[in-house]
Amino acid sequence: MRSEIAYSTRDPLEVALRVRRGSFELAAELTVPAGEVLVVVGPNGAGKTTMLRALAGLDRLLAGTVRIGPTILEDVVAGRRVPPERRPVGYVFQDYRLFPHLTALDNVAFGLRVRGQQRAAARAAAAGWLDRVGLAGYAGRKPDTLSGGQAQRVALARALATEPALLLLDEPLAALDVGTRAALRGELRRLVAAYDGRCLVVTHDPLDAMVLADRIAVLETGRVVQVGSPVEVARHPRTGYVAGLVGLNLYRGVGEGGAVRLDGGGELAVGRPTPGPAFVAFPPTAVALYRVLPEGSPRNRWPTTVVDLEPVAGTIRVRLAGPPDVLAEVTPAAVADLGLAPGVAVWASVKAVEITVYPA
Amino acid sequence: MTRVGSDPGHRTATPAALWLPASVGVAFLVLPLAALLARAPWRTLPAHLAGPVVRTALRLSLVSATAATAVSLLLGVPLAWVLARSSFRGKRLLRALVTVPLVLPPVVGGVALLLAFGRRGVIGRLLDSWFGVSLPFSTAAVVLAEAFVAMPFLVIAVEGALHGVDRRYEEAAVVLGASRWEVFRRVTLPLMAPGVAAGAMLCWARALGEFGATITFAGSYPGRTETVPIAAYLALESDVDGAVALSLVLLAVSVLVLVGLRGRWVSGAIG
Repeated sequence: MRSEIAYSTRDPLEVALRVRRGSFELAAELTVPAGEVLVVVGPNGAGKTTMLRALAGLDRLLAGTVRIGPTILEDVVAGRRVPPERRPVGYVFQDYRLFPHLTALDNVAFGLRVRGQQRAAARAAAAGWLDRVGLAGYAGRKPDTLSGGQAQRVALARALATEPALLLLDEPLAALDVGTRAALRGELRRLVAAYDGRCLVVTHDPLDAMVLADRIAVLETGRVVQVGSPVEVARHPRTGYVAGLVGLNLYRGVGEGGAVRLDGGGELAVGRPTPGPAFVAFPPTAVALYRVLPEGSPRNRWPTTVVDLEPVAGTIRVRLAGPPDVLAEVTPAAVADLGLAPGVAVWASVKAVEITVYPA
Repeated sequence: MTRVGSDPGHRTATPAALWLPASVGVAFLVLPLAALLARAPWRTLPAHLAGPVVRTALRLSLVSATAATAVSLLLGVPLAWVLARSSFRGKRLLRALVTVPLVLPPVVGGVALLLAFGRRGVIGRLLDSWFGVSLPFSTAAVVLAEAFVAMPFLVIAVEGALHGVDRRYEEAAVVLGASRWEVFRRVTLPLMAPGVAAGAMLCWARALGEFGATITFAGSYPGRTETVPIAAYLALESDVDGAVALSLVLLAVSVLVLVGLRGRWVSGAIG
């Protein structure tokens, strides 16, 4: 019989580890309280996936400990190590890894089946999870007939179905196209916020980090360089990479029908109706600027005035006064074409499909 | 992808000197089969096939080849797993050893089986004195001889299939809580099932056609050890039409297996 790992529902995940992969070394200390979503954000090659694999027990620690309260998952000095199949961990891989020979339902039921649950009971529970991620009608589908967004949610349901104490998400939105990403980002926020265990998400996308995180840890070249709330990290970036996090358009407002009325004035049409208090977020690259009002244009367009311009790695970041105030990122050529300069009036527009909306 | 053959420069590049021997080669391979078909007693074929000799041999062949395939699956799949997945010293040597029957003359295999499982053989002596079991010249000996010759085909095909299984799925199963056995049963085995099926078919076809090892180790007792190939060989002396009828049966099975495999394993895994 398998021995279940005992842990209190309130104990935090406490990690202090060193992991080596080839010549790369990851050294990190993290604490994730129950009910918190910690997003580890960093550029590619920073060691994000290495960290998740170590926590899941897929790779061995060089040194350090991983524990949930008093329950030790791995302790190198004490020589203790819970093998991956016995860890209370749910893992959503970047490439999802849905079993191609099983239906969506049986994929989700897999973790329960290998824990000895009867087929009928496991399937009933799995059906509930599919319903929770909005895929009730897809139980009989094979993974190769699912869209990227659907596969992502099946993978999440599969990871949640075993009710893990620790949920790990590796670049959960990276494999999706822009439109799907924006829609799913809010959905994912809702799902991970409802999860009461410890959740660790890694991403290289600052917007994903801002939307999903209760707290952000910035990882660069194998080291945690900054930890804080999204607002703290955005306000006081400590490295150049973190500075890239600052330039996001993030608003609070109240959803009504297919739009969100922003607290600071203005209104944005969003792809997904989100009634009540809500956050709205989109990257500066999603903002298009026009000198004259474009015809047949997106619903979200409003007059703005250029406040200032700042070159950022080959593009120009344009700060615009609204309402709502907005940050746009355009090419130097567009700056010349539009004659952008402080004080110039331009129309800003954002496609609803590129906007992420999620309950506040 | 551009096919090399679609380039006229390449198509004409086959030297004329190669065409002649190539044509002779084709004729050499095809003509005997054509002769078999031409010589076939089509009119009396149903009667021949329904005859007691053929029916008995056919039943024995089907039963023993299927049993040999079952034995090969039971032992060969785990063996293929060990060859594909575990790492230990002497693995190359082990792979060479288990594939020896592929190149070994079947008669040598039969002699070897006799020396091992015969009444005075290393193992046969023990079987005899402990259980009173004597293998040679029994149907069990037919199964053993066929499995000995055919199992390497299965092992090689399954090992190839295992190399094709994406290990990332197994890792996903592990983090979902699956033990090694559960990973194998619920993920690895289903993913390599097409390869196992192809290997089993190849193995079954080889077992069905087995002659040398079988006649050496099991003899040719009608109804007990006289399989279709042995019956065909023996019939040549007395009843040529019967031999031809039996040969046609084996030819038909071979063609069916070839169609079933769709060239996959003939062109791919072996070699």
